[in-house]
Amino acid sequence: MHLKSPDDLEQFRTRILEKRKAQDTKKRVVLCTGTGCRGAGALDVYDAFKKALGNKSDIEFKTTCCHGFCERGPITIIEPEGIFYQRVTPETVPQIIAETVKKDQMIEELLYQDPQTEEAIPAEKDIPFYKKQNRLVFGHNRLIDPTQIEDYLAVGGYQALVKALFSMSPEEIIAEVKSSGLRGRGGGGFPAGRKWESCSQAPGDVRYVICNCDEGDPGAYMDRSLMEGNPHRVLEGMIIGAYAIGAHEGYVYVRHEYPLAVENVGIAIEQAHKMGFLGENILGSGFDFDVTISKGGGAFVAGESTALMASIEGYVAEPRAKYIHTVESGLWDKPTNLNNVETWANVPVIIEKGAEWYSKIGTEGSKGTKIFSLVGKINNTGLIEVPMGMTLREIVYDIGGGIPDGKRFKAVQTGGPSGGCIPEEMLDLPVDFDALTEAGSMMGSGGMIVMDESTCMVDVAKYFTNFLKDESCGKCTSCRDGTLRMYEILDRITKGEGKEGDIELLEEIGWTTTEASLCALGGTAANPVLSTIRYFRDEYEAHIKDKRCPAGVCPALITYTIDAEACIACGKCKKECPTKAITGEKKVPHEIVQAKCIKCGTCKEVCPVDAVKVE
Amino acid sequence: MEELQELLKTYPANRHSLLRILQAAQRQMGYLPGEALREVASYVGVSPAEVYGVATFYNQFRFIPYGTHHTVVCLGTACHAMGGQLILDAFERELDIKAGEITPDHEWSLDRVGCIGCCTKAPVVVMNDAINAKMTPFKVEEVLAGLGLQLKRSTDSEGEEAGEREPQ
Ligand SMILES: Cc1cc2nc3c(=O)[nH]c(=O)nc-3n(C[C@H](O)[C@H](O)[C@H](O)COP(=O)(O)O)c2cc1C
Ligand code: FES
Repeated sequence: MHLKSPDDLEQFRTRILEKRKAQDTKKRVVLCTGTGCRGAGALDVYDAFKKALGNKSDIEFKTTCCHGFCERGPITIIEPEGIFYQRVTPETVPQIIAETVKKDQMIEELLYQDPQTEEAIPAEKDIPFYKKQNRLVFGHNRLIDPTQIEDYLAVGGYQALVKALFSMSPEEIIAEVKSSGLRGRGGGGFPAGRKWESCSQAPGDVRYVICNCDEGDPGAYMDRSLMEGNPHRVLEGMIIGAYAIGAHEGYVYVRHEYPLAVENVGIAIEQAHKMGFLGENILGSGFDFDVTISKGGGAFVAGESTALMASIEGYVAEPRAKYIHTVESGLWDKPTNLNNVETWANVPVIIEKGAEWYSKIGTEGSKGTKIFSLVGKINNTGLIEVPMGMTLREIVYDIGGGIPDGKRFKAVQTGGPSGGCIPEEMLDLPVDFDALTEAGSMMGSGGMIVMDESTCMVDVAKYFTNFLKDESCGKCTSCRDGTLRMYEILDRITKGEGKEGDIELLEEIGWTTTEASLCALGGTAANPVLSTIRYFRDEYEAHIKDKRCPAGVCPALITYTIDAEACIACGKCKKECPTKAITGEKKVPHEIVQAKCIKCGTCKEVCPVDAVKVE
Repeated sequence: MEELQELLKTYPANRHSLLRILQAAQRQMGYLPGEALREVASYVGVSPAEVYGVATFYNQFRFIPYGTHHTVVCLGTACHAMGGQLILDAFERELDIKAGEITPDHEWSLDRVGCIGCCTKAPVVVMNDAINAKMTPFKVEEVLAGLGLQLKRSTDSEGEEAGEREPQ
C-alpha cells in the first residue's frame, strides 16, 4: 500500500479505525515486551499466552514496548476495561484467560496494591505512579505495537506531517517550533527552533538531519524506550524537521547495546518507505527524504554532536572545537542539524496542537514535559514523564513512592555522569533546565538516580569520575589528566589514605578541568566531585580525618561484625562465606575473622535475622 | 579469513564503511584478531594503526574471543548504586579472572558494561545473553554453580551442623 496523497492516508486511516471499532468492545490482551519487562521474563509470558490462546483464537493478543512502570514488569493489560496486571508469570497466564478474559473476573493478586491503603487498584490511570504524570510524548507507547505502522496511524500518526507538508511553509514550521519554546532534550537544552533556523539558512545545497540515540548516559533509558516503543513518532518528527530545514538525508545514530531499538527503528523505516512517508515525493508533496541507521560503537563521548558526526564518517569519536558550528559545517562538512530522540518526538505534537497550546505546559524557561528514568533506591522505579517544573519532592515521593526499607532519602543525582547530586534540603526545587543548573547539577538527558543513607557520596563521586576518566577521548590534557588525578585522589580517600588539603586540591583540579576542556564532557566532568563537596563536605571529612565511611560502603573503612545477641547460629553465613572467614558452632554465635574477611557482603545477604552489622 | 574477504566485498571500500565493517567482522568472528584488522585496513585503504586506533576507541570491539560462557556485569549508575561492584568482585573471585579476560580453558569470559538499560532491575548481569536481574553475591555463586563451575568455597556442610538456636 503506497499512499500518494493526504486523502489516501485519511482513507486508509478511516479503514483501520472502522475495523478497530468493531473490535473495540471485544477482549484484548496487551503484553509489554520492552527490555525492562524482558528482564523480568516477559518473553516466557509471551510464549505462555501464545500457547494458551492457540493460533485460531479470536481474542486479540498484542505486544507493546515500555509502559514505564518497569519495576512491576512483566505488565499485561486487559482491554477494553484496561485492567492492569503486574508481575505476570507464565504460570498465571491460563488463569488470566480463564477468569479475566473469558469470565470478566478480576484476579486480585495480580493487581497493583497501593502500599499506603493496601487497596488493589484495577486501572492503570488510578495507580499513584501514573496519576501525576503527563504522558504527552510517552503515552502512546502502551497502545502501539512498534512493528505495526497501523497502530501508529490509529492514534493519529503522520497527521502532523500532512499538516506540515501541505499547509505550512518551512519558515512557518520553524516559527512554530521556535515559539513553542522546545529546548533540546539531549542535555544542553538549546532551543530547537533556533538550531533549525540556523541550519536552514546556512549556505549549501546538501543538508543533513540526525537523530541522536546514543544515550551513553549510564542509568538512563528513555531514548531507548521511545525508539523501541514508538519509532514512527521519532521518524515523523525527523521528516517534519528535514522539510523545514531543507534536508533530504537523515541518520539515526543508535548505540549497538540497544539491539531492539535498532531492530524496531529499522522495521519502521522500511514500513514508512513502503507506505510513502519516506523516499521520493512523500505523500505526493514533492518532498524527498530518506533515513539511514548508523550503529554506534559504544563510547560515551560519541553522543557529543561533533564526535557523533565523526563517528558516522567512520572516524574515532573525538569532539572538535565549537567555533565552527555544526549547523554550518557538520557531517561531511555540510550544514547538519542534530537533535535528541525525545526532541524529535516532541515535534509532531507541537505541529498538530500548535505552539500556543504546547507552551502552556511547563515553566517560563522550559516548556513541555520531560521523561526521566527514575532508578536507584526508590520504590517505584521506571520511566516517568512529567511537566517541566514539577518539584523533586513530588517526583520522589508521590510518583516514586519514597525510599524502600524505611531508609532515609539522601540525594538525587541528575544529569548523567557529569551531573550533580541534589540534597534533601533542595527537594522542593522545581525541575527544569535552569533550576537544575543553578543547583550545580543539570538536566542532562534525564537520568534520576535516587540515593539513600546507605549511599556513600564520596564513592558516588569516585564512580562517576572513574567513568569519565575511562570515557574521556584524551584530546584535551585538562580532561584526560584532570579526571585521572581526581579519580586517584578520590580512590585514596575511599581507601582511608586521604590527606589534609585533598578537598581543596580536588576543587582546584575541578576548576581547571572545567575551564580548559574543549567539549562539554571535560567542561562538566568535575560536577560530580564539586557538587558532592558542596553538599556533603562532612562525608569527605569523615573519610579523610576520622577514616570512617558514614554510609558503610567503602570496603577499606568498614568492618562486618555479627551481633552475638541477634545471631541464631544457623550456620548459613558460615556455609556461604567465600573465604571461610566465619567461625562458630552449634549454639555458639558466629564470628567473623577480620583478617580473612573480603567484605563481599554475602553473610549480610544470607543472614535470616539481620544480625550482620556494617560499620 | 576467506569468509572475511567475502564479507568485505559487500561493503564499499571507503572510510565511511570502516565502523560498519568492523561491526560486521566482529559479528562474524566473535572478536577482532590482529590479522582481521590488517585485512580491513588494506581493504579500506588506511593504515593498520588507524584501524586499530578506531577499534580500540569504541567499547564495542573485543580482541580476545568469547568463552563458552560469557558474562557481562553492568556497572552503570543504577547498578553501581545497588551494589554492582560486589557482583563484579564475586565473579572475578570465583572465575579467577579480571573483567576483560578469559579463563585459560576458554570456558569463561567476563566483561563489564556501563548500563544495558535495564536499570529498574539493578544490579544486572547478562550471562550468555540472558538477563539476570537483582543480583546478589550469593546468587552469583548459584548461577555459576548451575552452569557447572566448581566453586571456590568448600561445599562441605560443616555449617549446617551448627543447629538452630532460638532467637533471644
Ligand atoms: C560527552 C557528551 C555526551 C553526550 N551524549 C548524548 C547522548 O547520548 N544523547 C544525546 O541526545 N545527546 C548527547 N549529548 C548532547 C549532544 O552533544 C547534543 O547537544 C544533542 O544531541 C543535541 O540535541 P538536542 O538539542 O535535541 O538536545 C552529549 C554531549 C556530550 C558533551
Ligand atoms: S545501570 Fe545497570 S542496567 Fe542501567
